[in-house]
Amino acid sequence: MMWRYLGRRPMSTLATDWWHNVGIAPKDPILSITEAFFADSSPNKINLGVGAYRDDEGKPVVLQCVRDAEAKITGCEFLESLSRQGNVKLVEESAKLAYGENSDVVKEGRFAGVQALSGTGACRLFAEFQRRFRPESQIYLPSPTWSNHHNIWRDARVPSRTYHYYDPESKGLHFGALMDDVKNAPDHSFFLLHPCAHNPTGVDPTEEQWREISHQFKVKNHFPFFDMAYQGFASGNLSKDAQAIRIFVEDGHLIGCVQSFSKNMGLYGQRVGCLSVLCMNAKQAIAVKSQLQHIARAMYSNPPVHGALLVSTILCDPHLRNLWVEELKVMVNRTTKMRVTLQKNLEELGSPLNWDHITNQIGMFCYSGLTPEQVDQLRNKFHIYMTHDGRISMAGITTGNVAYLANAIHEVTKSAEGY
Amino acid sequence: MESQNPNHAISPSATTASNGDSVFANIAKAPEDPILGVTVAYNKDSSPIKLNLGVGAYRTEEGKPLVLNVVRRAEQLLVNDPSRVKEYLPITGLADFNKLSAKLIFGADSPAIQENRVATVQCLSGTGSLRVGAEFLAKHYHQNSIYIPQPTWGNHPKVFTMAGLSPKYYRYYDPETRGLNFQGLLEDLSSAPSGAIVLLHACAHNPTGVDPTVEQWEQIRQLIRSKGLLPFFDSAYQGFASGSLDADAQSVRIFVADGGECLAAQSYAKNMGLYGERVGALSIVCRTADVASRVESQLKLVIRPMYSNPPIHGASIVATILKDRDMYNEWTIELKAMADRIISMRQQLFDALRDRGTPGDWSHIIKQIGMFTFTGLNTEQVAFMTKEYHIYMTSDGRISMAGLSSRTVPHLADAIHAAVTRIV
Repeated sequence: MMWRYLGRRPMSTLATDWWHNVGIAPKDPILSITEAFFADSSPNKINLGVGAYRDDEGKPVVLQCVRDAEAKITGCEFLESLSRQGNVKLVEESAKLAYGENSDVVKEGRFAGVQALSGTGACRLFAEFQRRFRPESQIYLPSPTWSNHHNIWRDARVPSRTYHYYDPESKGLHFGALMDDVKNAPDHSFFLLHPCAHNPTGVDPTEEQWREISHQFKVKNHFPFFDMAYQGFASGNLSKDAQAIRIFVEDGHLIGCVQSFSKNMGLYGQRVGCLSVLCMNAKQAIAVKSQLQHIARAMYSNPPVHGALLVSTILCDPHLRNLWVEELKVMVNRTTKMRVTLQKNLEELGSPLNWDHITNQIGMFCYSGLTPEQVDQLRNKFHIYMTHDGRISMAGITTGNVAYLANAIHEVTKSAEGY
Repeated sequence: MESQNPNHAISPSATTASNGDSVFANIAKAPEDPILGVTVAYNKDSSPIKLNLGVGAYRTEEGKPLVLNVVRRAEQLLVNDPSRVKEYLPITGLADFNKLSAKLIFGADSPAIQENRVATVQCLSGTGSLRVGAEFLAKHYHQNSIYIPQPTWGNHPKVFTMAGLSPKYYRYYDPETRGLNFQGLLEDLSSAPSGAIVLLHACAHNPTGVDPTVEQWEQIRQLIRSKGLLPFFDSAYQGFASGSLDADAQSVRIFVADGGECLAAQSYAKNMGLYGERVGALSIVCRTADVASRVESQLKLVIRPMYSNPPIHGASIVATILKDRDMYNEWTIELKAMADRIISMRQQLFDALRDRGTPGDWSHIIKQIGMFTFTGLNTEQVAFMTKEYHIYMTSDGRISMAGLSSRTVPHLADAIHAAVTRIV
């Protein structure tokens, strides 16, 4: 073959150094924590970075319902018809999970639903859709929010603003300021809301507060966009965790909703999620869906089949579904127990600070209130890894390490004034 | 639509009737994707003799989709391994998969690989690899024109436009000869601005099946290098075109061998039959290892806001196969069988048309390569064949050879014969 004899030819003198201007990119603040953790050789190290569930031995978990579903589908999903069905079922079942089994929205087909690449992919699809069809709009993101939200809307070229959410004083919700921002935003603004287990703070509005927010949204004709990454993972009850969404839908809002199965089914790497946009009627839903698929086509053509089949198999099989609900409760009970234990340990150590927020906050994360300096000390002295905003992933805490963790936190905070 | 009067106290509605207008009320239904739309129309047809020659998905002699045995085996191994978890992959995907994919396309002995000058990231099949590469270029590269062949896969212009690049065309297909318009290609690339990106189909050009010869590739390479153009390969059919993985990667390898830079998008949809799993890789060959490392870090920033990290299942299957000597060999045999069946269909169709004395030169059927044949039939002829013979293909006259079998070749030949003699 001719190519073998080419060897290393000298580059043409016109060859350009294409990439001289490419700087090294900043590391992702969340994912780089895990990288650093892996590089650490201390036997005491604890990873409280990424929000991926771990059992009490600190090991990742594959749910039994997932293993069972996988055994069921192995070898079948390459059949194109089955994969098409899987996709349809996934969207149907996801919608029922979010809106309720007997929701009119679902029965009347008044939503445009597409499978997406987990939560990130669903948000990105919506952001691109928003830019295309509401090019003058912006998105209001809570302060703080998952850091990647900012990246997503930026890359979709939709400008973003923030609205008040977390109150560092109370370590709870800054409800008054939030409502002011909702009222002061121009009518018809787009707002991103975490329906449960807010990431990173773990601070959720109460039911009453949600109703007030929904009411104000009606007054202002705002567009409510829900990113639900933790349904079932917040309270252990799937319906309860979707309550905020159902309040808004009952109130007549035509919402957008993202669902991820990464955490609640432990399907992280499979990238399974759903984007739904509620519409006036089924006809409009068809139009919106076609546009979403059009956008997806230019990004990855179709979403991957395997994870979708797993999810739809679990949701459609009563035995597997019940198993899932039980396993979900086990995960939530464990993280709740760790919250209780951590707080108790800190109190027993005689910490001068108030740690009520550990058990008041909900879901995978605790916004500890630790300062960046304290976070660094925890890392450098105690080999404990968390993001710089003091967010702790409860899933990384075990009965084996909670005492060590409490002690370390106490050490770095005992001389701090109340904050 | 009436707007809400903000002075009214609004109580939550107990019904689900929408009180407000949808902010997306004016959205029109998007046009059907022309390629996938063919299958939709085919499915609606109730004729027992209907034939789907639309989408480029491989079919067996029996007209069934094919799951490679080696893929089944690999999947079973994965499922049976209790230690496997479903954690997030890194943003760049499965490391093994990336290394093996780079070796597959560039060759295990490629100096670019040995010198760590290749940044490879796992992406969602060919489409995903093209989109990530294009977004990277739109962000970091000084030129946003991308020259694409006329014609090309229907989704190419959309992928590039949505990524922020500006598609331009270079002549490629010659309808007179049903072959390559080599002069036109050279002229158009010569007049491209320095630094422009050039999309090249590594082999088995889609939709025409017309590939440059080895000599023509060398001339293209020299032209591209002398003009300082940036090559971006789309390799969706490695192994599927000729039956040889190495032969089908030649075009890419001559570019890498000259020490220059390029991008390459790989898909495992066809050659491993993993269509639905969305498995692919984007590689960027750089001048130095340091550049490759910086480029990889920037690719992560493109991927994270798109889907965070890629799906694990398909890539795990591919890595399992590529790293095991026996499974790899088994794969090359199954791949060759698929390629051979398609080549045999080409020959059978050509012979059938010759036997019917169908007017015209049909040698392009056996000269073109890969999954598709650009028949040269016009839209009226195509419409006629759909209506009278229930044969479904894209309106540009492209047929998927993979959709043919020994049993259905005569029907197709009859249809072409009728179309060509009755409609001009």
